[in-house]
Amino acid sequence: MEYLDQLFVFAKRLMLDLLARFLPDWIVLVASMVISIVAILIFAPLTMMYLTLLERKVVGRIQNRIGPNRVGKFGLLQPIADGIKMLTKEDIVPFQADPVLHFLAPVIIVMPALLIFAVIPFGRGMTAVDLNIGILYFIAVSSISTIAIFMASWGSRNKFSLLGGMRTVAQMISYEVPMVLSVVPVILVAETLSTNAIIEAQSAGWFVWTPWGLAGFLIFFLCAVAECNRSPFDIPEAESEIVAGFHTEYSGIKFALFYMAEFISVFAVSALAVTLFLGGWKGPWLPSWLWFLLKAYALIGVMFWFRGTLPRFRVDQLMGLAWKFLLPLALINIFVVGFWYFSPGLWKWVGSLGILGPSFWIFTKLNRSYVPENRVYRLAEDENNETVGA
Amino acid sequence: MGAISTNNRVGSAILHGRNCVPTLKDVMAFLETLIKIAVYAVMAVTIVAAIGVVTLHNLFHSALALVGVLLGIAGVYLALQADFLAGIQVLIYVGAVMTLVIYAIMLTQRLGDKNIPQTNRQGFAAAIVTLLLLYLLIGTVCRTPWLANPPARHIPASALDLGQALMTTYVFPFEAISVILIAALIGAIVIAKKEREP
Repeated sequence: MEYLDQLFVFAKRLMLDLLARFLPDWIVLVASMVISIVAILIFAPLTMMYLTLLERKVVGRIQNRIGPNRVGKFGLLQPIADGIKMLTKEDIVPFQADPVLHFLAPVIIVMPALLIFAVIPFGRGMTAVDLNIGILYFIAVSSISTIAIFMASWGSRNKFSLLGGMRTVAQMISYEVPMVLSVVPVILVAETLSTNAIIEAQSAGWFVWTPWGLAGFLIFFLCAVAECNRSPFDIPEAESEIVAGFHTEYSGIKFALFYMAEFISVFAVSALAVTLFLGGWKGPWLPSWLWFLLKAYALIGVMFWFRGTLPRFRVDQLMGLAWKFLLPLALINIFVVGFWYFSPGLWKWVGSLGILGPSFWIFTKLNRSYVPENRVYRLAEDENNETVGA
Repeated sequence: MGAISTNNRVGSAILHGRNCVPTLKDVMAFLETLIKIAVYAVMAVTIVAAIGVVTLHNLFHSALALVGVLLGIAGVYLALQADFLAGIQVLIYVGAVMTLVIYAIMLTQRLGDKNIPQTNRQGFAAAIVTLLLLYLLIGTVCRTPWLANPPARHIPASALDLGQALMTTYVFPFEAISVILIAALIGAIVIAKKEREP
């Protein structure tokens, strides 16, 4: 049991021990870094490849189809076929495009997605770098991807790309605010920014089982879905309106890199949500890394479920949700966690629920869109000067 | 650049293939040298990017060069062991401020042009402000007592230290900045608010 739990840690230690037999210390030191980096560089693209297959399967089942099943058993080799297809496709750069930016954008967008993996605690003792500013690092690094999307949209010199880029930025700025604020309660209670220490702080119980934890988790998860530009928040690449948004002018491997960044981010934000609110790798019976992956994939499954069920938001609905609902709720949540921290026993439950419940209800009521019973169409009137549809 | 010339055996072992076994201490010295070289490289890139900000002919390219400058400064913070500050630098400046700057560029009328010029007629005012800032900076640099060998001590730069300092010693400036920020937010809303039709 103990052996299974620490399988990967032991594997790394074994490799280092073997190296230490006949190589000097400093090579072992470098090797210890290289092993972690290589593990991440293999894990991330592999995750991405099979997430594409999983998504197509799950969405297929939701839509009463079977999904890809031709390449290999159950379509298991489909991602490899896709990869070969992407690599052999012609790389088209538009005549008017800014060649440097058009080339750099897909390269840069993958970097933050991969860098994030450095602080994700995959299991007990399985964090690549245990930074003491782990959460801050995560938020800061993932905010760079906006710049890359901008470079793609401006460098393509295409109006659909540009529209997609502007939508992306509007969305990312809006959703980053409640996302960061929803993390604040966790930091306040755990009294640390390190991802490992936050999991340790949840030994007594996952944060999601507290009123502020539940509210924070829901806010964080919704914002995370929006930050990944996934349905129902996918207006930056709304196919029915602006072709494909910021990556309209990309083909071949560059297009694949945008998809890779998106899917890696999907995994990364799910992993962070698990770390912050769902107790990370903590769980009975199973090895810690298996618990972590199970929880992360459960959240990813919810994202696929969203994609298969919900229609796309309108731009104004999207902005309204972030600024008028999630933001005030996140601010109230910070107040609630303060109350929770300083009140004794039962009082904290009563008080927290007493504050969060009514405020949730009030925000929902205030955000209900106003639909007038008697619609007036100023520009669409029939010949009798009567309003159509009244 | 004194550390590079220090005689360390790892460097010579790697460079000349000389047969000597370096100890862990040598390796640490070698790694420190590497880090120093990296910091100087980051500084050089930062300065090149800063020159790019003011000389590139395309406004969008200038903005991206500015992103490079800000990332470089974050790198310098990291080298000075101010992790928290580096994270905040990337989050606030690269993630938020630069995104807003680029968004503002995207809202300009000349967006359709291939080259958006980055100069305007406010060079004189900008020069005055820059000179004032330079005066302030030089004044601060001159007034700071720079120790040749600063004593090894606990430098309060972690998130906990910064938070405690903001809530105790610097609570007044902190609150003043908050009030200014609120005023700016309200002002922005007032300016952006549409006049109601009568």
